[in-house]
Amino acid sequence: MSNIPETGRTRRVTIRLVVLQILVLSLLATLGGRLWYLQIRNAKEYTAKATGNHIREVVEPAVRGEILDASGRVLAGNETRLVVSVSRTSLLQQKDGGKAVLARLAEVLGMPAKDVQEKVRLCDAKTPQPCWNGSPYQPIPVTKDATTQQAMQMMERREDFPGVTAQPTAVRRYTGAEGANLAQVLGYLSPVTDEEVSKTADRSGLDRYLPADQIGRAGLESVYDRDLRGTAGITKLEVDNLGRVIGTAGTVSPKTGDNLVTSIDARVQKVVEDNLVQAMNDARNTFDKVTNRNYEADSGAAVVMDVHTGRIVAMASAPTYDPNLWVGGISGKDYQSLTSKESNFPLLNRAIQGQSAPGSTFKVISTTAAVQAGYSLDGTYPCPKSLTIGGREFKNFESENFGSITLEKALEVSCDTVFYGLANDQWLKDGGIKPKKEPADWFFKTAHEFGLGAKTGIDLPSEVTGRVPDRQWKQSFYDNNKDAWCAQAKKGGTSFSDQIARENCVDGYQMRAGDAVNFAIGQGDTLVTPVQMARIYSALANGGTFYRPTIAKAVISPGGDLVREIAPQADAKFPGDEKLLSYINQATEGVVKSGTAAWKFVQAGWPQDKIALHAKTGTAEVEGKQTTSWLTTYSKDYAVVMTISQGGTGSGGSGDAIRRIYQALYGVDDKGNIDNGKALLPAPQAELPKFNPDGTAIIKPVGYSGGGAAGVAGAPVAPAASAQAAPAPASAFLDEAPPTDHPASYTAADAALEPGRGPGRGRA
Amino acid sequence: MTSYGSYRQLRLAPQRRGVPKTLAKDSPLWRLDWILLLAALALSAGSSLLVWSATRGRDSLTHGDPQYFLYRHLTNFVVGLVLCSVVIAIGSRRFRTLVPFLYVGVIVLLAATLSPLGSTINGAHSWIQLGGGFSIQPAEFAKLAIVLAMAVVLSDQVDAGEREFPSHRAVFRGLVWAGLPMAVVMLMPDAGSVMVMAAIVLGILLGSGAANRWVLGLLMAGAAGCVAIWKFGLLSKYQIDRFAAFANPQLDPNGVGYNTAQARIAIGSGGLTGKGLFHGTQTTGQFVPEQQTDFVFTVAGEELGFVGALAIILLVGVVLWRACRIARQATDLYGTIVAAGIVAWLSFQAFENIGMCLGIMPVAGIPLPFVSYGGSSMFANWLAIGLLQAVRSQRPIAA
Repeated sequence: MSNIPETGRTRRVTIRLVVLQILVLSLLATLGGRLWYLQIRNAKEYTAKATGNHIREVVEPAVRGEILDASGRVLAGNETRLVVSVSRTSLLQQKDGGKAVLARLAEVLGMPAKDVQEKVRLCDAKTPQPCWNGSPYQPIPVTKDATTQQAMQMMERREDFPGVTAQPTAVRRYTGAEGANLAQVLGYLSPVTDEEVSKTADRSGLDRYLPADQIGRAGLESVYDRDLRGTAGITKLEVDNLGRVIGTAGTVSPKTGDNLVTSIDARVQKVVEDNLVQAMNDARNTFDKVTNRNYEADSGAAVVMDVHTGRIVAMASAPTYDPNLWVGGISGKDYQSLTSKESNFPLLNRAIQGQSAPGSTFKVISTTAAVQAGYSLDGTYPCPKSLTIGGREFKNFESENFGSITLEKALEVSCDTVFYGLANDQWLKDGGIKPKKEPADWFFKTAHEFGLGAKTGIDLPSEVTGRVPDRQWKQSFYDNNKDAWCAQAKKGGTSFSDQIARENCVDGYQMRAGDAVNFAIGQGDTLVTPVQMARIYSALANGGTFYRPTIAKAVISPGGDLVREIAPQADAKFPGDEKLLSYINQATEGVVKSGTAAWKFVQAGWPQDKIALHAKTGTAEVEGKQTTSWLTTYSKDYAVVMTISQGGTGSGGSGDAIRRIYQALYGVDDKGNIDNGKALLPAPQAELPKFNPDGTAIIKPVGYSGGGAAGVAGAPVAPAASAQAAPAPASAFLDEAPPTDHPASYTAADAALEPGRGPGRGRA
Repeated sequence: MTSYGSYRQLRLAPQRRGVPKTLAKDSPLWRLDWILLLAALALSAGSSLLVWSATRGRDSLTHGDPQYFLYRHLTNFVVGLVLCSVVIAIGSRRFRTLVPFLYVGVIVLLAATLSPLGSTINGAHSWIQLGGGFSIQPAEFAKLAIVLAMAVVLSDQVDAGEREFPSHRAVFRGLVWAGLPMAVVMLMPDAGSVMVMAAIVLGILLGSGAANRWVLGLLMAGAAGCVAIWKFGLLSKYQIDRFAAFANPQLDPNGVGYNTAQARIAIGSGGLTGKGLFHGTQTTGQFVPEQQTDFVFTVAGEELGFVGALAIILLVGVVLWRACRIARQATDLYGTIVAAGIVAWLSFQAFENIGMCLGIMPVAGIPLPFVSYGGSSMFANWLAIGLLQAVRSQRPIAA
């Protein structure tokens, strides 16, 4: 600076200039800091915003996987329809905005030009329906029912139809294979809501719902939605500020969903559905002496379970509906009718959501409880026509008197008073009205051990638990209702319900003798579901294992490869010993031979000596309604349970229906002759179906449609073959039995699906 | 040595011709501030890429020629360089004598914008169409005119050695000369340019050594003016909307706040190294309006990232640093005032323009010096560089 000549600048000016320089520097530093804040610290946020700005996604929905029955028959499949779509992006590139294209399209499709134009216009506040509500970058479907000829016309003159595509598109179809309806088990689909789309927007893959997605809302469609749905294809279009497409930023092809193989046999399902309807119709033609009118038979359910795995072979619920009502969006009218009281709620799957008192079918549990409590199997117990307990008279059904009988006989003839006596005895031992600190509660405890009052864990949504009205429940029920009871009691009415309210207000929490004895015969506040009973009777048949009921067997890739097996799961063991088990088995066989169900089985020509059946009937009383009919049965292979609300007695309501189901399963005619060739499923299907390379199942002719012939030809027809090797003793299914005579096609992999049945058992 | 002496020294340098003359040790080329020149060259050259990137897809503006704006921007740049060279060749002393003519010329141009010759863009009546797609924005030259006029008036007595500081009378006269073009610009109305001019006046008062009361007085007058404008609704709806959007960025993101929101998204999404030239999604998608002019900084932010955007700020910083240095080392007060005025002008404009892109300043139609597309701005900026170089060239060779 020294050699710079003196200027007119003074010290003041120099200082001012330094101030100016510092000011400039600080301004620049401010800019730098702010730049860092935006570009480094908040880069992520702005990157996301920039992406949202210029990327538009076009979704190509994935083809949903199929739901197959045990032989590979398609229960829920896809139907190909020719969908003609128009791309707005292409239309707008036309000089006239695509008007001419739309006019030509309307002509080919035979639709009024106005309709086509309205379908492709975008919805906004001023545009009334019809209009396109989706993304303007998504091809807009004009019709879903184009013919091949129409499509050909358009493809031949492609230059006249820019942006128009005719694509075969898969639409869900419930096939009703073999006539089976299966509506409540299969469930249904419906489109995702805007809320679901926005809620899952920041996730990816299957966790993210896209605007075009249909997702399972009920039944198997819902539980296995993630397997079936597949992943939608996404094309990312780059757009400018006016929404014009300026490029593509990547494409992901759609991936077809996996197929689900179930243990359902469509033919058996059809037989079960038909017989449930038949049984209900029969009941409606039967006079009820108690109410002096015919039975209403308002609803019913039936379950056929493979006793060795807990797999469901058939599951029916009445009333039912046509699942295809949901395809392509259910109409408001249909939805209203499906959810109205008049239709009696056909969407309910009464096999898992219908609950009622089990009646005498509960007595196998009472018997187990009694033996657990120390009563001898060899002893005899009085079965008078009635018993007075706690000042109330408890009568036998139709006031029969059998004298002193064994527990076996009590089960067989369904003697209530034997169980009243035992339950009262136990109730007194537990302290009666003033219970001990830790009452044994054998009856309640055993009911819980049998899985009552809890979900079975079946792979269907919204299963209900039923109810075991034990002390705990009594207390909580009292706590919830005390106020209402006491309010009613205060009014001082004299009706029956007023009296009950008065009693309950004072000591409704108490376990009274009446509660205890009612419970022992499956009446009162006890509630069970058909699937719970099927699980219990399966355990009696299989040597005492409570399996978790399942419908799905395996998930298969679209190419036919195994993705995942759903192995049977044993959840609990029969609480009694083997002696008790065989005792109960003997008693339940007695029911079929000479007991309450004999008139519908042995006396109706069932070949009990060749195919042994076991049963227990139940007739549950419902306050203000007709009795609920229960019939719980099992063979060495299957447990078949049917219940009909307001359907009469157990054997009367469902006896014929269940016998006919067994006849179909085992190929038995009305005279008791067995024809294996006519048997639908003499043993549950153990193998998974085989698949063609294109992913379609090879449906083997099983049963009467020529199973024997196929077997001769050397095809591996496991069910038919093992049936011939069958009539093995029941003990063959217990753990210690070594596998001896399995057909050659029975591989280790197959066996792994069914632990305890094949050579691979030890490794599983 | 007096300032007059240095003037004479230049004139008395030995006369040579041709290449030997230009490369001679005492040639004017060696007297140039090359750091300043290179920084400004880098900004203008680099900006051509940014302008190109911002406009190559805007068919409605380019008439289908992606290079339309690139060529025009480069043309402006070259014309600017020529103007700069002319100013250097004229030299600071001789240029000083031309100031009155330039001032009158600018006032005439400004007045013309208010006449039917002017045209309106973005609500301001500030352009004169020359035909053939060319137009000029006289307000840009008015900034230069204010710098020069005030420099002449304020330094007159001081450089003559009559006073140590500008007299009150001189300061008053300077303010009147500055006020006239400001008033015309205010009528356009172009509040942004008036703000720049106010900053220039403030910088000049600081640099001239005018009494503190003038500096403080101007600051207070500015504040009072802002209050008055706000209170009496002197701003147009267009201007109020811009300020409202600044005060609340979330306000109507598709309307008034759209520009600033999109600008911030463009810059923020650039990250450290940017998306690559021509690969900015905000830029190619044309989400940022006026991106080649007022929002050109967002192109750098998005496509070149923090590195590129910071480079622009640093280059501007280099220009300002050299300009400050020239102000301090000028041989007369006229030179100091010219340099200080230019520092205030460029720094305020750069801060306002970049700050607006970054969302810390309200939106105003002010170009980024040397970078924004626009002939008038580019010419004025390079004239300023020429003036700075001319001021510096008066120094003895020893420097």
